[in-house]
Amino acid sequence: MHVPDGFLDAPTSIATGVVAAAGIGLALRGARRELDDRTAPMVGLVAAFVFAAQMVNFPVGAGTSGHLLGGALAAVLVGPWSAVLCLSTVLLVQALLMADGGITALGTNVTLMGIVGVGAGYLVFVAVRAVLPRRPAMVVPAAAVGAFVSVPAAAAVFTLLFAVGGQASVGIGDVAVAMLGWHTVIGLGEAAVTALVVSAVVATRPDLVHGARPLLAASTLEIRRPGAPAGAEVAG
Amino acid sequence: MSTATDTPTSPARPRLSRGRFFAAVLVVTLLVAGGLSYLASAHPDGLEHVAATTGFGDTARDSATSGSPFADYGTAGVDHAWLSGAIAGIVGVAVVLVLAGGLALVVRRRGSAQD
Repeated sequence: MHVPDGFLDAPTSIATGVVAAAGIGLALRGARRELDDRTAPMVGLVAAFVFAAQMVNFPVGAGTSGHLLGGALAAVLVGPWSAVLCLSTVLLVQALLMADGGITALGTNVTLMGIVGVGAGYLVFVAVRAVLPRRPAMVVPAAAVGAFVSVPAAAAVFTLLFAVGGQASVGIGDVAVAMLGWHTVIGLGEAAVTALVVSAVVATRPDLVHGARPLLAASTLEIRRPGAPAGAEVAG
Repeated sequence: MSTATDTPTSPARPRLSRGRFFAAVLVVTLLVAGGLSYLASAHPDGLEHVAATTGFGDTARDSATSGSPFADYGTAGVDHAWLSGAIAGIVGVAVVLVLAGGLALVVRRRGSAQD
């Protein structure tokens, strides 16, 4: 979904640049609460993995492909603020080194994939996690649903930006239908890859999964009193 | 359904040391960037496809960095298709790892909190 230079006009690109800069500024403060000596190394690795995974386009039919955006995945693994930093770093390197995504469109891409993708993915993840049983393994389906929603969410915001600042006069309804349709399909791939990676990490080191921490704490409380009625500690 | 009595072992017990886990993630990442990426679909992605079919694809302009030695995930001067992509991918992984990893080290809280 990397937006090239030219799709959006200058005012729109400047506005998304301001949004992106503000988002990164907030993320720099928020990430401090998410990261300590133990978890900080995850950020570099998660960003590097997202960069690598974004190289692997998978076919979605009719001569079209998609690739992992990684916002929900990163948010579940390292926390939403750190995930904004991960995605922003990936997008910066892609724009400067790989000519993937425009330079004037960098703010747009950070807004779409770094802020909307991470934000929608994480909010849906938290909502789904809240209604599932409190077990660490439940982060996998919650992450998958968050990942699925994050892709059409970013596509919807692109459509809004295009309606405001698109450089070609095409029917915005056509763009909306096509963007949401294709990115719903791509979202299925996003969900599959995210579930695969999150399940591998949860099975190996659940303590390093940011989104699993509330569930691990609940488990620990239950295990310390094997004789107590189940759920008593959680309820208290 | 939500009884915990059927989970006698701690799910939090690490099976891999942190160092080995990080090393494993790095190896997988390099294999994806340097190997799996070769199998990537060359079809246009969702946005490119929508731009082409709805009629705004022509407004795209070449990036100012299109002359980069790693533009479009290839390595300038390397003819071998797989090697060209693998070098670009691994260089990209290394740069992202250093930048994001360094940023995280700067913003993190010092000391290891247990929560």
